[in-house]
Amino acid sequence: MGAFSPEMRERAESLVALYPERRSALIPLCHLAQEEAGYLTQPFMEEIAELTGTTPAEVYGTASFYDMLHTEPVGKYLVGVCTNIACLLQGGGELLEHAEQALGVAAGGTTDDEMFTLEEVECVAHCDKAPAVQVNYRFFGPLTGESFDNLIAKLRAGEYDGVVPPHGTLVRVRRENGIEVPLEEVFAERREMDRAKAERKAAAEAAKAKEGN
Amino acid sequence: MEQANQVPKIVTSRIGLDESWGIKTYLATGGYTALRKALTSMTPEQVADEVSKSNLLGRGGAGFEVGRKWSMLKPAPVRYLVVNGDESEPATFKDHMLIENDPHQIVEGTLISAYAVGAARAFIFVRGEFALGLERLQAAVNEAYAYGAIGRNIFGSGFSVDLVVHPGAGAYICGEETALLESLEGKRGNPRIKPPYFPAVMGLYGEPTIVNNVESMSNIPWIVNNGGASFAALGVGRSTGTRIFALAGHVNRPGNYEVEMAKLTFRDLVDRPEYGGGMRLGRQVKAFIPGGVSAPWFGPDQLDMPLSQDDVAKAGSMLGSGSIVMMDDHTCMVRAAWRIAKFFWRESCGQCTPCREGSGWIEKMMRRIELGSGRESDLDLLMDACDNIAPGLTWPPQQTTICVLGPSIPSSVASAIRMFRDEFLVHIKEGGCPYE
Repeated sequence: MGAFSPEMRERAESLVALYPERRSALIPLCHLAQEEAGYLTQPFMEEIAELTGTTPAEVYGTASFYDMLHTEPVGKYLVGVCTNIACLLQGGGELLEHAEQALGVAAGGTTDDEMFTLEEVECVAHCDKAPAVQVNYRFFGPLTGESFDNLIAKLRAGEYDGVVPPHGTLVRVRRENGIEVPLEEVFAERREMDRAKAERKAAAEAAKAKEGN
Repeated sequence: MEQANQVPKIVTSRIGLDESWGIKTYLATGGYTALRKALTSMTPEQVADEVSKSNLLGRGGAGFEVGRKWSMLKPAPVRYLVVNGDESEPATFKDHMLIENDPHQIVEGTLISAYAVGAARAFIFVRGEFALGLERLQAAVNEAYAYGAIGRNIFGSGFSVDLVVHPGAGAYICGEETALLESLEGKRGNPRIKPPYFPAVMGLYGEPTIVNNVESMSNIPWIVNNGGASFAALGVGRSTGTRIFALAGHVNRPGNYEVEMAKLTFRDLVDRPEYGGGMRLGRQVKAFIPGGVSAPWFGPDQLDMPLSQDDVAKAGSMLGSGSIVMMDDHTCMVRAAWRIAKFFWRESCGQCTPCREGSGWIEKMMRRIELGSGRESDLDLLMDACDNIAPGLTWPPQQTTICVLGPSIPSSVASAIRMFRDEFLVHIKEGGCPYE
């Protein structure tokens, strides 16, 4: 019995089919596992290894490189406060301190009720609205201590349920198309394109030579 | 200012339009006409030729000519196009805006480029943290398939290509093109050893691959519609066309501004009411970063320099990713440089010793100075650590590492020490930050 549910397994297989080599689907599949389980558990890593033709160790080794892939449980909401240069200049450092006090955890920690994991994050490219905060990679900002508290209260009360999915669900828009043209067919088309290109080049050179005469 | 109004908005024309990210708005504003034109009335060489004539410089950070990059593609039936949407250079937020607000323009530019270089498949690698951007771009790709712009026999031209939106998973280093390819292959984002220097020779799955930035791709439809010469007529010298500058920090109006290349100065961008609107609270500029945190800093005396790749390079820094960070006279330079050092320490992939260890030692020393336990000898030690990563601390830097993340580490720290040594000494003598 696999870790992915039948529906997710189907989505996983369609992701693998998008790439010329199946290992390329490894990271998208890790996101998919997080969508189903909230974080990457060992059974998921084993199934991803099977799907991508790698070993569970390779999946773990790859996943551990990336900030967004979690091999330990995280809260329902991953709250990232940016303190990089643009946010720092607008009070990002102070906002992070406030967030630590408001949530009662240091950056990196999860609240006892498993609702929130707080992170100090690197630039999230919202520098014109600094200091920036992301909740499950959905942007909020610029925030003050007060508006941060409001955001947390609303998240707790479920008021953002439609806007911010639980941690793990990254992209809610699904790809509607598989690969329409198999690679072998495209390669044949490209060989034909290259042949036509060579012909045009030869014809142009011949015309030039004729002109030269 | 009169002049600024005549400059066309090449890549930001739809920003602010109602549902600018949907195909309805895109088609109503000339969308996909360039793709149709390219596929049905131009040969791939003609498309590539227009791009070469435009002299479009890559908008990712290195500023390499797009046309020249394409011409280096090794002839082979199997070749790929990868679009770099992994924007992570701190204080850079232009690609993010384009992905969220005009994804179809990126898709169209990508498809035209795929035709020009004969790519068998195109991938758009989007930074994982851009959840909304990923959703809008995927929706755009779905719409483009339905419209017949992607897939088999596009617009009846006989050209077929599929396009895949690929999410990253959070790693600054994946913006480096060979690390990006490793990541796209499902591996850790470790940059590849060079040579080969260019993925055009050996890229994705070892096959010839073109890697272009999102903003570069966004320029392609305009170039095809208006001709490379029209693009090259804008700007100055080698810096052609327009470019988005992401202005951040202590200005009244931080934001993305598309301006003609090399025509304005940093001061124009900071002060003019339609751009930065001046420094916040009427304060003075203490220092600024001209091209992302990998770039050495400038002081107020360099504000009158034009926004040109070559001028900035001559002065010992770079326009890089097009991000400009303004810092006013109430800013602690030690804290600013420390935070940037911390960023590089967190984001070093760990392959090369000078970068992995150097970034950590520099971060530790900067932290202790800011927190009040620094020693005067730390300054020489810091410069020595910087010198070990980028010997000579010149610009462009000498490199001791596989990729340019290494020599980017000293940029801020060495700039801060050189420009504001006294401020470091105050931290050390007073045992803490005077700005607290």
